[in-house]
Amino acid sequence: MSSENVEAMKQVFSRPVSLNQVQTHFCPGCQHGVIHRLVAQAMDAFDIQGQTIGVASVGCSVFLYGYFEIDVIEAPHGRAPAVATGAKRVHPQRPVFTYQGDGDLAAIGTSEIIHCANRGEPITVIFVNNTTYGMTGGQMAPTTLPNQRTSTSPYGRDPGKDGYPIRMTELLAGLEGTAYAARVAVDTPQHVLQAGKAIKKAFQTQLQDNRFGFVEVLSTCPTNWGMKPVDANARVAEEMIPYFPLGVFKDASAQGE
Amino acid sequence: MTKRLFVKGNEAVAMGALEAGCRYYFGYPITPQSDIPEYIAREMPALGGEFIQAESEIASINMLLGASACGARAMTSSSSPGISLKQEGISYMAGSECPGLIVNISRSGPGLGGIDASQADYFQATKGGGHGGYHLIVLAPASVQEMYDLTMLAFDLSDRYRVPAMILADAVIGQMKEALEPHPYTAPADLPPKEWALIGPGERGVNKVVKSLYLGDGELEQHNLKLHRKYAEMQEKEVRYAGYELNDAELVVTAYGSTARIAHTAVRLARQQGYKVGLLRPITLFPFPKMAYKRHTAAGQKVLCVELNTGQMVDDVRLAVPGVEVEFYGRAPGAGSLPTPEEIFAQIRLHCEVRS
Repeated sequence: MSSENVEAMKQVFSRPVSLNQVQTHFCPGCQHGVIHRLVAQAMDAFDIQGQTIGVASVGCSVFLYGYFEIDVIEAPHGRAPAVATGAKRVHPQRPVFTYQGDGDLAAIGTSEIIHCANRGEPITVIFVNNTTYGMTGGQMAPTTLPNQRTSTSPYGRDPGKDGYPIRMTELLAGLEGTAYAARVAVDTPQHVLQAGKAIKKAFQTQLQDNRFGFVEVLSTCPTNWGMKPVDANARVAEEMIPYFPLGVFKDASAQGE
Repeated sequence: MTKRLFVKGNEAVAMGALEAGCRYYFGYPITPQSDIPEYIAREMPALGGEFIQAESEIASINMLLGASACGARAMTSSSSPGISLKQEGISYMAGSECPGLIVNISRSGPGLGGIDASQADYFQATKGGGHGGYHLIVLAPASVQEMYDLTMLAFDLSDRYRVPAMILADAVIGQMKEALEPHPYTAPADLPPKEWALIGPGERGVNKVVKSLYLGDGELEQHNLKLHRKYAEMQEKEVRYAGYELNDAELVVTAYGSTARIAHTAVRLARQQGYKVGLLRPITLFPFPKMAYKRHTAAGQKVLCVELNTGQMVDDVRLAVPGVEVEFYGRAPGAGSLPTPEEIFAQIRLHCEVRS
């Protein structure tokens, strides 16, 4: 390779500046790492790392303060949207986002997320749905699929007794205060690209429209699903997407795509 | 001449908070404290602050946590059942060293109880209330003026120690109208700057975290010891109480807040009839004025503790002065159970033989 060619090379891939250079604690095959990266890329795209305040929730995502190079408040279980509301009202010019799992956002924190969206708080919410409580050892979540076995639904989720999995994106899309609501997955390269776009859009909705943006990301939990990572990844398309369809359910932002 | 206003205790809390620079209020309606959010909802827009009527007590305390973590002087207010709901967030604020003001205009319980005055939240307020073994700074106003003054003090103490503060009053102090002399707030010159507050890492070049999770070996123990050193320091420096006719008293009546007002009248009645009796009124319920009780019982005086509950603060009094005879008179909270001055005077006569 000649020296002229070396000079012509340019870097096309690198670690986002919004991510710390540390190893994560996530299990093999867990997709939190991919989703963290997409969130970091979105922050990089808008060059907001230095101003951003993240709100961590309770669950596997609690350690995000160790992974993102931003300021972080650790919220009580389910309360991240309320904590983010307080932060955003104090710093209306600074980007604020929450990153929450399905137990956190769709069970104990249902009230907080619905009213945060309904107020149209100009924040971004990243909702990671892996159909189980990962951190506590794989219990039944509000998003656990019918007949899915978990440690607290050992005979499979019985919708007659346990209710049905909640489709949070559709629910929130129905609120006036929600400007953007999308569901994405990260099980294929194409889906990763779409997910990156949606997350970026949810930040754009906050930064440019001063409105509420929400992205649900379907994710894997091989450890608690009792599956190999490759099989867990396949389950996203085989079982989750049929119940939790991908797509943009609301886009009332000014810019569109 | 100083301006005097005729206002409710609840309004005085709101006025004191706004005068002290509180620009963020998060709350939820509940009797008998709703005058506070109503006043602030009316006045805050002109001051450029934020008022949010949240969807729940839980949400409002967590909004306070978020605002406090970002360095704002902020508050919430509620009454007993709502304060119970806030305990989760209060514990997180204590663990995360987030200052802030929580006002409890308490009402009778347990459960939905009633809307009348009660002092049955003393244990909840002073012993932590939520999980994990922490304390709040707890101030107990006994007048409308003190509702104003102690609200300001609560913010200052909370910011100084990074410990959440509570105003513990009740329906009597919150709803009654008295003269208030509002005075301008001056921040103590030595209040430490909030260098820990979150503003995004860009301006200081390093990212900061406000959290209460410590998983490493020894980390949480060290954190807890740090919190408890602060409580010990407050015990040294921040105790406040008021005394009335204590110098030659043979019986020390003690009460806080609304019952202290009634006991004050009872002590005055007793003095008129020659009983050597005085009143010791704690203003800080945490830190508790232990030394004051020691000092005023050093010559063998007895204590009569009066509360609008079945006996809570009396435990702290007995711990403060072991060996001293401590009598208790209380009324279980509920409509119609507020003791009269004559009722307390009768108790004074029962326990005080010495007449001058």
